[in-house]
Amino acid sequence: MRTRHISLPALAALTLLLAACGSQPPAPEQNPAGVESRSPGAIKVDSNPVARVQPDAFDPASIAALKDPRSPLSKRSIYFDYDSYVVKDEFQALLTAHGKFLSANPKIRMLIQGNADERGSREYNLALGQKRADAVRKALILLGARDDQLEAVSLGEEKPVCTEASEECWGKNRRGDMLYSGEF
Amino acid sequence: MRFHRLVLCCAACLALCSLAARAQLTVEITGAGANRLPVAIADFTGERIISQALTSVVRADLERSGLFRLVDAGAPLADSATPVFEDLRTRGADAVAGGSVAMFADGRYETRVRLSDVPKQAVLGNPAYLHTGAQLRATAHRIADFIYEKLTGEPGVFSTRIAYVVKSTGRYELKIADADGSNDQAALASREPIISPAWSPDGSKLAYVSFEAKKPVVYVHDLASGRRHVAANFKGSNSAPAWSPDGKQLAVVLTKDGSSQLYIVNADGSGVTRMATSSGIDTEPRWSPDRQFIYFTSDRGGSPQIYRIATGGGASGNTAERVTFEGSYNVTPRPSPDGKSLAFIARDGGRFQLALMDLATRQTQILTDSAKDESPSFAPNGRMILYATEINGRGVLAAVSSDGRVKQKLSVQAADVREPAWGPLVR
Repeated sequence: MRTRHISLPALAALTLLLAACGSQPPAPEQNPAGVESRSPGAIKVDSNPVARVQPDAFDPASIAALKDPRSPLSKRSIYFDYDSYVVKDEFQALLTAHGKFLSANPKIRMLIQGNADERGSREYNLALGQKRADAVRKALILLGARDDQLEAVSLGEEKPVCTEASEECWGKNRRGDMLYSGEF
Repeated sequence: MRFHRLVLCCAACLALCSLAARAQLTVEITGAGANRLPVAIADFTGERIISQALTSVVRADLERSGLFRLVDAGAPLADSATPVFEDLRTRGADAVAGGSVAMFADGRYETRVRLSDVPKQAVLGNPAYLHTGAQLRATAHRIADFIYEKLTGEPGVFSTRIAYVVKSTGRYELKIADADGSNDQAALASREPIISPAWSPDGSKLAYVSFEAKKPVVYVHDLASGRRHVAANFKGSNSAPAWSPDGKQLAVVLTKDGSSQLYIVNADGSGVTRMATSSGIDTEPRWSPDRQFIYFTSDRGGSPQIYRIATGGGASGNTAERVTFEGSYNVTPRPSPDGKSLAFIARDGGRFQLALMDLATRQTQILTDSAKDESPSFAPNGRMILYATEINGRGVLAAVSSDGRVKQKLSVQAADVREPAWGPLVR
């Protein structure tokens, strides 16, 4: 599966689609809203764009900012190196934005799901994913979030966004995803 | 609400099960022992259809074990008749089994079997089985177990069951099947992953990890009633359940106090206590059969390796002893039923292979030539090790004898099979 750069209207449409799915069984795949889809054929966003771009400026501390593609808060994934759970510098700005948001919205909770690539033991990978989720959790606390707002869990290698046996693909699966209240 | 949705989902999934019934595990023998014992299983006399069904399952069981070579017995042989030993000797049989099936007025059957040693011309045993038509396969497995035990001196495992997870598109099923792959039934169907099934020592329950709550939670599932309860659902992740040899407790991995660490809980989910402490990852606990140690995987030394910790004494005072030293990735320890060896997964280059260590000499042998082995599970007699691997990009189960000679492949058409767990001997 290739990385797909999703256009703004497409992202809005996908967000709506995921929100609609949330109310009915079966539950949707638990990707963070609109980052990637595991089944490209299932959600045809590009062919039929639904324009929902809001023209006015957004408030970075508002709930709406979470799904506004212009906001860094709409980005929810942190990627890790092989066998590593160190948060790389390139994700500091993203974590800072989420830390500030959580600090400004103390009633909002976040589920951090750590993930691992498919190589090796499922249970060890579950523990590795937990380390990644925990690294994100600790970073967010340093940036202003409260511990009781956060839960760090692991999905191990069980929820890959990419299923080819290649380094490019594995890199996408070594990931921490941030889900806000209502998204999990 | 979420629970309700799950119930609906499960009900729908179960309805589909009847359609998916032919997706059963098929067993293919890919390697056999060097010195297979030649044995003749004669056609039984009496009820013809029942006899044929029984003997074909008995023959398939013995053949699949890789320890026997089937020899044509010639004519049918009743349990009361004396075998023609001279003829059997020239056919090359070391042992012969005959039998008779009689039907009672209530519709039940009595199958009597006689196993004889051909060179000694002596009777080795003469058991009888009372059964219904629906218990044909179960009866045949018991007959095969009897023959196996008489001829090898070890208990047979043909009557045992295995658990495994089948993944098809967007759907996970925790399945229970006979050791030969037949008679499979889904204990749980879910849209979210299921991993790490573990049999209780009495074979009545399975502990496993399900992700249906968007995070890993440990459940204990009673197989007869289909009821289950949460055994561990703390903040963070809950995983890697292992039963204590008495079936009263579970070792689990929790992250409620930080990274993945070992805890003990009662099987009903009460009384959680910490088992060991490290600054890194501790996971995949397994009790030794004598209850003396818990083996586990830890990265406390920099790379994932296998350690063991004594279970006696205080929870804090015991220090862990490192068990594996070769290579930079040794995981998933599984002590053998006799406690003398340890199966685990070793990474060599980019290959993950099933390895077996003699715990007395600490010598290790690689048992497979595959590259993505996972989740080894000993047969309760210790003779075979069932594990998950990948063939042509698809998950299959495979089994290898602890001497590496006998090899089997167990696969399901058009689905991934993984996470095998061999159930206990239930007498």
